[in-house]
Amino acid sequence: MSHHIVEVKDLHYTYPDGTAALGGVGFRITHGESVALIGANGAGKSTLLLHLNGCLIPEAGTVRMGDFPLTKKTLPHVRQTVGMVFQDPDDQLFMPTVYDDVAFGPLNLGLPPDEIEDRVMEALATVGAAHLRNRPPYRLSGGEKRAVAIASVLSMGPSILIMDEPSSNLDPKARRQLIHLLKSFEHTMIIATHDLDMVLDVCGRTMILKGGHIAADGPTEEILQNEPLLHACSLEKPLRLQGCPVCNPVRA
Amino acid sequence: MPKIESSFLDISRLDALASQRTLIHGLDPRAKIVTTLIFIFIVVSFPKHEVTALVPFTLYPVVLIALANLPPGYLFQKVLLAAPFAFFVGIFNPLLDSEVLIHLGPVGISGGWVSFASIMLRFGLTVGAALVLVATTGMNGIGAGLEKLGAPNSFAVQLTFLYRYLFVLTDEAARMVRARSLRSFGIKGTEVKVFGYMIGHLLLRTMDRAQRIHQAMLCRGFTGELRLPVPLKFSWRDMGFLAGWSSLFILMRLVNIPQWMGLLVTEVLG
Repeated sequence: MSHHIVEVKDLHYTYPDGTAALGGVGFRITHGESVALIGANGAGKSTLLLHLNGCLIPEAGTVRMGDFPLTKKTLPHVRQTVGMVFQDPDDQLFMPTVYDDVAFGPLNLGLPPDEIEDRVMEALATVGAAHLRNRPPYRLSGGEKRAVAIASVLSMGPSILIMDEPSSNLDPKARRQLIHLLKSFEHTMIIATHDLDMVLDVCGRTMILKGGHIAADGPTEEILQNEPLLHACSLEKPLRLQGCPVCNPVRA
Repeated sequence: MPKIESSFLDISRLDALASQRTLIHGLDPRAKIVTTLIFIFIVVSFPKHEVTALVPFTLYPVVLIALANLPPGYLFQKVLLAAPFAFFVGIFNPLLDSEVLIHLGPVGISGGWVSFASIMLRFGLTVGAALVLVATTGMNGIGAGLEKLGAPNSFAVQLTFLYRYLFVLTDEAARMVRARSLRSFGIKGTEVKVFGYMIGHLLLRTMDRAQRIHQAMLCRGFTGELRLPVPLKFSWRDMGFLAGWSSLFILMRLVNIPQWMGLLVTEVLG
């Protein structure tokens, strides 16, 4: 199953204004792995994600998504392989209705109308949003928007899912539903997030980015228990792994 | 800025109206667009003192409002909102053209007043027809229809996106206005300088967002052409709608029906 592999080697990127965002990032993610990408604000998470679907082209180093090295020529294939869920659903849901939006990707793939209908309804059913099909996206709640944004990439049948802060701005129930949804996926997943409790639930492997480098890469349980490491990377232990604040008050 | 917010809520009401399912809503957008254009063209083509011959044209919006289950009061309100423009275009006519044209008993009505009435009537008819078009088709249907009619794709895409992001942009602007007013402690109005900063900031945010949207589109295989999920179908029903109304409009343009009916009545009585 080589087409589910994500391989990044010695990736460098500097923004046009001179900000060095990535300074030699490398990792390999295999089929079906669910990986959390965590790190402080400005550690390079979003920049890294933008490289994984070709929104940014590497300055140095290589990115390999599935069967293809990422170059300008392979971009259409890569984008079909990789489903990218953006942080702000309003950026992703640009079509007039939910249905049109979820159909946008399949239409661009040039699929026949029946197939498009099937794919759209299947994707909407997966995220539990089939009843929203004729609604305009700007009138949905935050949780509904997020669900539809995920459906809009599922409809393209990607083998790799990339998400930027999927649980941000969600109420606890919507967040819980999202976690159940993510756990049900068999895709290779890369999730950039600050929600470390969600990471505990969803991701078996965690990578920490710090100042454009990978500071740690390993099993989630080990990394999220390593307090000195987390502290050095401006992170904290997930709340569930911290002591009870009532029986065991921690000094701030 | 509650005023801006509430007026945009109103747009979503127009949207809700457009998502109904009636005979008229089910017609192909192209049929409705072309019919509306012909209607507007013919209404505008009358000579400037014409009033009576325009009256039968109210049939079109009235029939559509009835068939499409639209609230007439709401649409009338929307027409009134734009009325000042037409009012000021026409209001000087009575001053400029004071030659008496019609005698109603002892009262003489000048050509200026007649042409003013004609302008207001035309305004009501054309704006009403355009609103009915939007309320039965929706902006997105209109965008799609225009594209199929041969308007440039980029134009249709612009229209669709403008409509989609109007809400996001007003939300953003409303948040900025609120944030400013919370820290300006009752100073009425916005100083020009602050206003300039806010507009500039809004522009930068908009450009950032545009870039992110474009990225999101590229990620899903966008190649520059906006494709529609359901290809529009122009059926015999749409053809009938277009042909029926157009020929009626042309007939009403060529024959002054109220006058003709008046003559008929006087002849029968005589």
